[in-house]
Amino acid sequence: MEEPILKIENLKKAYDGQMVLNGIDLQVRQGEVIVIVGPSGCGKSTLLRCINALEEIQGGSITLRGSEISKGSRTAAALRQKIGMVFQSYELFPHLTVMENILLAPTKVQKRDKAEVKTEAMALLQRVGLAAKADSYPRQLSGGQKQRVAIVRALCMHPEILLFDEVTAALDPEMVREVLDVMLDLARQGKTMLIVTHEMQFAKAVADRVVFLDGGRIVEQAGPEEFFTHPQTQRAKKFLDVFTFEDVHAEKAAASAGL
Amino acid sequence: MPDLGIEVLFKGTNMLRLLQGLWVAMRISLISVLISMPLGILVGALMTVKNKAVHAVFKVYLEVIRIMPQLVLLFLVYFDTTKVWRINLSGEAAAIIVFVLWGTAEMGDLVRGALVSIPKHQYESSQALGLGRLQTYVYVIIPQTLRRLLPLSINLITRMIKTTSLVLMIGVVEVLKVAQQIIEANRMTTPNAAFGVFLVVLMLYFVVCWPISMLARQLERKWS
Repeated sequence: MEEPILKIENLKKAYDGQMVLNGIDLQVRQGEVIVIVGPSGCGKSTLLRCINALEEIQGGSITLRGSEISKGSRTAAALRQKIGMVFQSYELFPHLTVMENILLAPTKVQKRDKAEVKTEAMALLQRVGLAAKADSYPRQLSGGQKQRVAIVRALCMHPEILLFDEVTAALDPEMVREVLDVMLDLARQGKTMLIVTHEMQFAKAVADRVVFLDGGRIVEQAGPEEFFTHPQTQRAKKFLDVFTFEDVHAEKAAASAGL
Repeated sequence: MPDLGIEVLFKGTNMLRLLQGLWVAMRISLISVLISMPLGILVGALMTVKNKAVHAVFKVYLEVIRIMPQLVLLFLVYFDTTKVWRINLSGEAAAIIVFVLWGTAEMGDLVRGALVSIPKHQYESSQALGLGRLQTYVYVIIPQTLRRLLPLSINLITRMIKTTSLVLMIGVVEVLKVAQQIIEANRMTTPNAAFGVFLVVLMLYFVVCWPISMLARQLERKWS
């Protein structure tokens, strides 16, 4: 089997003595799409933030192609360039246009040629249907458009791995689709992705592997078919039940027949 | 048209004296602004430091200065420095000291407000893109802070200019004081001069402050 590019071993993270991640082991191979699900507060967003060195960790290790990731270390900035992250609330820079947002890090951090990055950015914007918005400011865009720009901004750094932290949670339902479609497209291109989401249908469609997190531990991991149809653990079953509703029609019919 | 007694301004060098008075007021505010803006930026940046002692010191400074009426501050500095330390300050120097103390406190609070209003996520998404600490400040945080700060600090400048009208109380002969002198001197011959002269003073303040306010408004519209 291919050597994993991201290795997480016995990761521990606590906030004020409260254990949020309690011994996470996870390996991600090149081109793999992993969807992380779990009840709120289970630590899934924290896991992504640890991978991007936005949080200090209290134990274990995270390595990307053999280099260890830790907050505040000198290599953190260099490693972060290889890890793209998209946040729930887009976090575009409001004082810069769409194009300037995208160009900032590739030209200032990676010192790449501006014209070259611009051509690439235009092609990517075209791909997500936003070429016409290149010179707009973030405030002129809808939530879904902002999120697509944020994805392009992350892509332009040529990251080896992309992290998506509940990127559709703040969007109106009709905008969720346009963002998820972009992510499906990336999966088809073979990008390595770690996705935290509450969109179960999407998870099923995009994931190579589903990781179920509860209480700061990985409780279950399986292929999407298996996980969604035959969850092995009681906790996963209970969690998935939240997304289905009992049909009330039969009961209503029975009740009226009984009258 | 009612008699405004404006003609007194054309007697002798009266108009020139009035303009000289305006210059005194402008000089006090200009020097104060030039000193208190950079100091305010420093104080504002220090206010965001997590150190509790630093924070407490500046908090006390800020609250005391802002609660006290500027006139009381002027009296305190002008009369009490002479009494207590036997330093003989000119009225203008005392005025500049008070305006710098006050302007620095106000500016510090504006800077602090602008800095903390930048969401934490702006720092994080910069870091996530691989920007270093310095790059994050240069390209992301400072440009946004300045955009929030500029209209507010321009408003502060106009407030400082208008507040110079208090310094006549510690004997500085600025535009308002000159106006009073002109009116007093012509009390017998032109009893209505008060209307006309004060009207001209009003217009002089307006001519100075209005373009500055317009600039603030324009920047606000451009950057909002």
